[in-house]
Amino acid sequence: MEETLKIVVLVKHVPDAQFDRHITGPANTTDREESILSELDEYALEAALQLAEERGGPKAGNEVIALSMGPSGAVNAVKKSLQIGAYSGVHLSDDALAGSDAAATSLALAAAIRHISADGRPVDLVLTGMASTDGETSLVPAQLAERLSLPQVTFASSLEIAGGQVTARRDAGPYSETIEAALPAVVSVTDQINEPRYPNFKGILAAKKKKITSLTLSDIGVDASQVGLAGSWTVVESAEARPPRTAGTIITDEGDAGIKLVDFLAAQKLL
Amino acid sequence: MANALVFIDNPGAALKKSSLELLTIARSLGETAVALTGELSDDVAATLGAYGATTVYRPSTDDLDNYLVGPKAAYLAAVAATSGATAVLLDNSPEGKEIAGRLGIKLNAGVITDVVGVEPDGTAHKSVLAGSYNTSAKATTAVTVLSVKANNVEPAPAGEASVPATTTVDVPGDAVAGSARISARAEKPVSGRPDLSEARIVVAGGRGVDGDFGPLEELADALGAAVGASRAATDAGWIGHDAQVGQTGVTVSPQLYISAGISGAIQQKAGMQTSKVIVAVNKDAESPVFEIADYGIIGDLFKVIPQATAEIKKRKG
Repeated sequence: MEETLKIVVLVKHVPDAQFDRHITGPANTTDREESILSELDEYALEAALQLAEERGGPKAGNEVIALSMGPSGAVNAVKKSLQIGAYSGVHLSDDALAGSDAAATSLALAAAIRHISADGRPVDLVLTGMASTDGETSLVPAQLAERLSLPQVTFASSLEIAGGQVTARRDAGPYSETIEAALPAVVSVTDQINEPRYPNFKGILAAKKKKITSLTLSDIGVDASQVGLAGSWTVVESAEARPPRTAGTIITDEGDAGIKLVDFLAAQKLL
Repeated sequence: MANALVFIDNPGAALKKSSLELLTIARSLGETAVALTGELSDDVAATLGAYGATTVYRPSTDDLDNYLVGPKAAYLAAVAATSGATAVLLDNSPEGKEIAGRLGIKLNAGVITDVVGVEPDGTAHKSVLAGSYNTSAKATTAVTVLSVKANNVEPAPAGEASVPATTTVDVPGDAVAGSARISARAEKPVSGRPDLSEARIVVAGGRGVDGDFGPLEELADALGAAVGASRAATDAGWIGHDAQVGQTGVTVSPQLYISAGISGAIQQKAGMQTSKVIVAVNKDAESPVFEIADYGIIGDLFKVIPQATAEIKKRKG
């Protein structure tokens, strides 16, 4: 049997991309009504559950903790993760966190992970998705690794852990690479790594009994001035909705549409 | 003392167009220096000079390539400190963004990714929420770190070429300790077509190509275009995952995007709706892609695309 793992999975509550999404308020922040668990985080959760199950699951002493930072609604990302299979949840919430950029977010998450490490055994692995589906900057895993002084194994399309070492495949650049790092590590996974499971009825019922720990900034030893708009190093000065694209000319092929297409490209000086 | 620092990772024999774009933007911010990794060929040095770089910094070790992100960020932080640059510019590739992220923490500097334009005062423009908003953002810190998307400025050499001085910068001794190591590396198969994220024209196929990308590849070659795909097509295994355009793939913003047999669901739209001109070919008149297409053809792609390819070849002689 492989050594057991304590895994933290970062899960984010994001506006559902199926609907129109909006930027509002004086600080140009994203409107988080109609939010869901970020789809890309489901791959990280699945990877965590598979690693824990290979090692005997919760009974053997493995831990899969879903951690979300965000306002009260973000607890729903934790609850959904528990329904899918996470063993326990942590919700970091504080009014002062509103408007945090990636640098401030990574600071708060690093402190939360240190707090989770101090509670019981240290965290072996922090798993994240490849990006959030709202901000899409992909900065937080790298910045979290920097803040925790941990190796980062990012954009993993496969992942194995043995003998305290992570081995992953990364296809994000011009090469296909094999990456190795010692635990503890921060690992982000792509949507190629697995097929996330759906919550089933049993999972939904079981989730009600799982523990969600609520943390505030004072619990994790972070001052309000270090996070939120005050602690962020970037400001969004303006946000303008891009005029929606409108449909142009639509034709039905009558045998010469290929020629007409080339005429259009020529008229647009695109040939 | 340089104002702007451009990070160029392993240029190889010649600088990529995206590197020339970074140098062009950097020059608009002031005196420009370059932090290089890998070999510096005479040709590359001459091009850097032609684009106005006054200093080229090189690392004291050639070991950086064997590690992921962390040590490169440590090297770049050392160069930023040496050069005194107030703006650091990088590629918007996955590794470029991640190096930017770690560099930002090391320098206490605000990081802005996915930048499409930079004002002389450092204000950055970007497009967010899958292209539905244009925002301008600014770092409130002494140094600003920007990862800039390709294809948003026309590369232009400086009026007067310079001969850049070359300086070696010590990479901190502890930079590689505790970093993820790259233990094996394989070059991906090269198609001979332009890189998807940098291509001026993209021809993309989806479920409707039904396993046969041949006609799209022929059109792409006639136009000098890159070939892209929807997630449905990459998930079906018809084409490599690298070709995926969309939220979880590559975001493209070419002059021309030709979409064939793609319905245009939100996942795909997120990756291409900032293209200048969109052409769509689809059998289904109800496909959402027609709502955003500048020119839409309701028809069979296996008839329309080869006819267009033949016509282009004829006109180009």
